[in-house]
Amino acid sequence: MTGRIARRFAALKTAGRGGLVTFVTAGDPDFDTSRAIVENLPEAGADIVELGMPFSDPMADGPAIQAANLRALKSGASLARTLELAALFRARDADTPLVLMGYYNPIYAMGTERFVARARDAGVDGLIVVDLPPEEDEELRVPARKSGIDIVRLATPTSDDARLSTILASASGFVYYVAVAGITGTKSAGRDSIAAAVARIRKRTALPLAVGFGIRTPAQAAEAANLADAAVVGTALVAEIAACVEAGKSGEAAEAVLSAVRKLSAAVRAGKG
Amino acid sequence: MTQINTFRAGPDERGHFGIYGGRYVAETLMPLVLDVERAYAAAKADPAFDTEMARYLTHYVGRPSPLYFAERLTAKFGGAKLYFKRDELNHTGSHKINNCLGQILLAKRMGKKRIIAETGAGQHGVATATVCALFDLPCVVYMGAKDIARQAPNVFRMKMLGAEVRPVTSGSQSLKDALNDAMRDWVANVESTFYIIGTVAGPHPYPAMVRDFQSIIGREVREQMHAAEGRLPDTLVACVGGGSNAMGLFHPFLDDPGVTMVAVEAAGLGLDSGKHAATITGGRPGVLHGNRTYLLQNADGQIEEAHSISAGLDYPGVGPEHAWLNDMGRVQYVSVTDDEALEAFQLCSRAEGIIPALEPAHALAHVAKLAPKLPHDHILVMNMCGRGDKDVFAVADKLGVKL
Repeated sequence: MTGRIARRFAALKTAGRGGLVTFVTAGDPDFDTSRAIVENLPEAGADIVELGMPFSDPMADGPAIQAANLRALKSGASLARTLELAALFRARDADTPLVLMGYYNPIYAMGTERFVARARDAGVDGLIVVDLPPEEDEELRVPARKSGIDIVRLATPTSDDARLSTILASASGFVYYVAVAGITGTKSAGRDSIAAAVARIRKRTALPLAVGFGIRTPAQAAEAANLADAAVVGTALVAEIAACVEAGKSGEAAEAVLSAVRKLSAAVRAGKG
Repeated sequence: MTQINTFRAGPDERGHFGIYGGRYVAETLMPLVLDVERAYAAAKADPAFDTEMARYLTHYVGRPSPLYFAERLTAKFGGAKLYFKRDELNHTGSHKINNCLGQILLAKRMGKKRIIAETGAGQHGVATATVCALFDLPCVVYMGAKDIARQAPNVFRMKMLGAEVRPVTSGSQSLKDALNDAMRDWVANVESTFYIIGTVAGPHPYPAMVRDFQSIIGREVREQMHAAEGRLPDTLVACVGGGSNAMGLFHPFLDDPGVTMVAVEAAGLGLDSGKHAATITGGRPGVLHGNRTYLLQNADGQIEEAHSISAGLDYPGVGPEHAWLNDMGRVQYVSVTDDEALEAFQLCSRAEGIIPALEPAHALAHVAKLAPKLPHDHILVMNMCGRGDKDVFAVADKLGVKL
């Protein structure tokens, strides 16, 4: 049986359009608000839900997602709570792929086998662990694959052909192309550079390809989803949460995020076909 | 102790010391980290690199640093014969320059146009700013806002040397966060920039490379001790934050079973207070800043803030080779509190006329406990890895003196 990720990309292909992957940090700004966001993402138009696992030292993230991690941790987030949130999401939605993204230490602290078992039970479909390159990921990849959880690999502007071979050798689910060399939420890549990278990666893998980093607007999302198989938007959504929190209106964060997702989704859906 | 043939063969080709070390970095950085490894291997095999390094170490840094018999403290402690390895006499005032010189020569070989570094106490920042001035490369130093406040003299020195000091206001605003921001800079400027890491941590090859550059300390001690006493020392003592001065002293002696080694961590307000930086004594294995090693962390794997009076030891991790040497039982890891270090700081100043940095003051505080219990013919070498000029304001403040 193929997993939810493969089924979703197959469905997108049939529908003749690219997909929208949305990222928010689990538990940001607090568990209940985060739940209200995450549970309603599919209805707002997210094709794949990516959930950040909060970490105290998110080295690959820009200021917006750093702040999201700290807001979540301050309100009691933990890896166990993230898995609870995942399970609640899965109880309401049997089809939308759920991918956890984060850093290795909390997973290592829980124990990779235990984490994988709990993630599987919570209905998680894929993992992106930013600071766990292929050379070091066997202790997570082996149990994850056995449990049917994909290890989604990152390809970047610095990945030359030799490096791409290493990255793609044991990749599964989809490939996440990091469109700019840098941290999240800063620079944006141009259309040509994304198109060239997509062509280069496509030559080496049949896996679906999502593009992220620097994609903020509905137009950018539509363009990236058009060039690849899906576009990932994170910082722009997290910024909606931050704006509400800073204005003292945390209660409005869920609607702000979902409204932004609806706009992104409309653009992505109109982009092809 | 586990029986193995040598303690000096590590790391393996992927940078592991047992389960520790490795390369845990974002994919964007991987090709670059592999480049650094290749370039360093080539430099190591090139005698010209060695010659150039030796020339600067002699005429610019002032090596070899003396091995000094601390006669007054020896008498005061009434036991072991105490020697100081005087790396505080190096140009820039600490052992940090040994490593910075090696790395900037490597950066030049790699054709890099820009240097970044992180710093805690500012010693590594000053040493990096210094070599950047010497080799005419732009330099950005990331430093926690909290550390900027308590190490004002070093901040000004870096600026005088032409470096840009970028305050880091995220997280605990100290060394760990400075490392995070340096890595964020690196990932955004991979092509142009060389990251001079200041300690024996980070992704492979940094822990081994920094150790190699610092091992000049232990190699000199071997020779100097042979000249002074005609034999090897019995015990080596060094402080450990990330652990570069300790690795530099210890590594050449790891396969001499008669040499005992003690690494001194910062116990801050006490191990039970929760406010300390004793990573090996009080932490457990995890993954941060490119390597697997002992970390101060909570049950959920979130990194905890370290605490130490010494900004240079105020880090919740430690070099992976130390983690391994601890598990193998080859090096003993102990800890010393802020107050004990402060007392040793004053003791050394008055007894020997040497104002130590707060970092080696931790090592001395342990020597003060150890030496009296050892016989007179026991030879103890402590690495005086930095001088205390940078700490006078912080110490005055702690002692309630207004400057």
